[in-house]
Amino acid sequence: MAQRAQGKGINRRQFLGNMLRTACGVGLVGMGLGIYSRQASSLPAMAIRPPGALPEDEFLGACIRCGLCVRDCPYDILELGKLGDKVPTGTPYFTARTGPCEMCEDIPCIPACPTNALDHGLTDINDARMGLAVVVDQESCIAFLGLRCEVCFNVCPIRGEAITLDYQHNTRSGKHALFIPIVHSNACTGCGLCEKACILDEAAIKIFPTHLAKGELGKHYRLGWREKEKAGEALVTPDIEHQYNLPEGMRYDLQGKGLIYDESKKQELPISSNPLDTLNRGMDKQ
Amino acid sequence: MVRKPRPGAEAIRVKGWIKAHKWLILRRTSQLTILGLFLLGPLVGIWIVKGNLAYSETLEVLPLTDPHILLQAVLAGVKPHTDALIGVGIVVAFYLLVGGRVFCSWVCPVNLITDAACCTRRMLGIRSATQISRSSRYWLLGVTLVLPLATGVIVWELVNPISMAFRGILFGLGMAWVILLGVFLFDLFVAKDGWCGRLCPVGAFYSLLGYKSLIRVVAEERDKCNDCMDCFEVCPEQQVITPALRGADKDISPVIFSSSCTNCGRCIDVCSEEVFHFGSRFFAEKHTLETAETAVKTQANEKGKTFIDAA
Repeated sequence: MAQRAQGKGINRRQFLGNMLRTACGVGLVGMGLGIYSRQASSLPAMAIRPPGALPEDEFLGACIRCGLCVRDCPYDILELGKLGDKVPTGTPYFTARTGPCEMCEDIPCIPACPTNALDHGLTDINDARMGLAVVVDQESCIAFLGLRCEVCFNVCPIRGEAITLDYQHNTRSGKHALFIPIVHSNACTGCGLCEKACILDEAAIKIFPTHLAKGELGKHYRLGWREKEKAGEALVTPDIEHQYNLPEGMRYDLQGKGLIYDESKKQELPISSNPLDTLNRGMDKQ
Repeated sequence: MVRKPRPGAEAIRVKGWIKAHKWLILRRTSQLTILGLFLLGPLVGIWIVKGNLAYSETLEVLPLTDPHILLQAVLAGVKPHTDALIGVGIVVAFYLLVGGRVFCSWVCPVNLITDAACCTRRMLGIRSATQISRSSRYWLLGVTLVLPLATGVIVWELVNPISMAFRGILFGLGMAWVILLGVFLFDLFVAKDGWCGRLCPVGAFYSLLGYKSLIRVVAEERDKCNDCMDCFEVCPEQQVITPALRGADKDISPVIFSSSCTNCGRCIDVCSEEVFHFGSRFFAEKHTLETAETAVKTQANEKGKTFIDAA
């Protein structure tokens, strides 16, 4: 205090004290921000990122929230998350049920992005993977009830590939077919047109983020038949074909439903159709 | 107690209202014009400027990027597109010329809020001592740059009141008004110039960016100063005035070198003696070159000292 009174100078203790106070205060703010960012960066399932968006954790580091994708979307489906929304503040998203992606061929939202948060490498909209359509409720989808609908199938921009119809027997009526919609992840872009078009009050087909919609086989899994196809031969010692110890002219094949007689080599039948002959075989020599 | 007249009252009497508000009017015009240009698109459908302060495209050709935000993105691991880099180049070049914190006083939408808080504070006569150091903002700037490195997320943009205000007006405000109200109340009751002068890391960034910028306020006619204190009263960074205005006998240059100065020009407006003018950092009219140089050095020392003081 004595030094303080002398003039403007401060002593080392005061200086360090002040520094420490500021550093602690700011450190706490930083920690708070860090924790808040963890909580605030989870994307709710109904919010879909525009086409070409990087995986969510990378996206939040890349998107500078300028809103140019919002401006360049000709259908005006994109919105920026507002404070208080469940979407991270300022980042773009659309809601499939109310405004799905119309899959423009030139994908104008992507070149608008200044930071590659929307990957400029995506040039064919059919390669976009915004999410994945899932028939979430087989109890309310009227196709499963045996009624004709197929709206999702018909509205799909990659018609016949992303959603196909599987014909199944209608066991209730016994004489009709069910037209069951099946989504194929190798073609579905997650545009959401099907969810928008679903005729139910609450859509039975919904777009989910891919990681929620898809299972994933353990990385160590190998499907034998695929590996064999790839290699052109079995990768393990091939099974030795089982040798049945059968009389000449006969072989055993289950797909051929059991014992097969080779007609060309047909000799006298080695075994009589009468079991008693077999039992009595050799008796006459005695 | 005799109520002190409003700062600038004397200037209005001497110079006339318009001249005593010249820079303030220009500044408000600039702030509102920028906002207005952005708003023309969504409101009227005339797309002169698209985007927001983070990144914008003017007439489809001119990209402008906020260097602080892009830096955070880069630290989070992004490789920006060429347009964004060109935009940063243009913005950095501009602020190197006119002064980094020109952003704060001529562009930033939060400035309208904090100026309103400051004005209300003066009218209501609210005085509150604050413990928050003016150097806190540089620490916070550090935090905004370390967090993307550590988390891979542009954390600051989740809460940044500046982009929230600007983006909010253009794209929908949501609950952002709570944060903006918070800034207003903070400046009104907790700390004078609390947000812009002590905490805002964006201002801190621009102040470092304009550390050596060309355009400066110069206390050219400081010998005319009549100690009315009006400039101190209105200045959001009072500490920057002292060396330039009072340094004549110590041979300190009349140029306000501190990069905390926002070049708002309010001191020029309210001075009835017309002490201040905009000039360049190389202003040396009444000094020989040598004294100017020593002045710069003393100024630097002084600045170091005030920095410590502030801390």
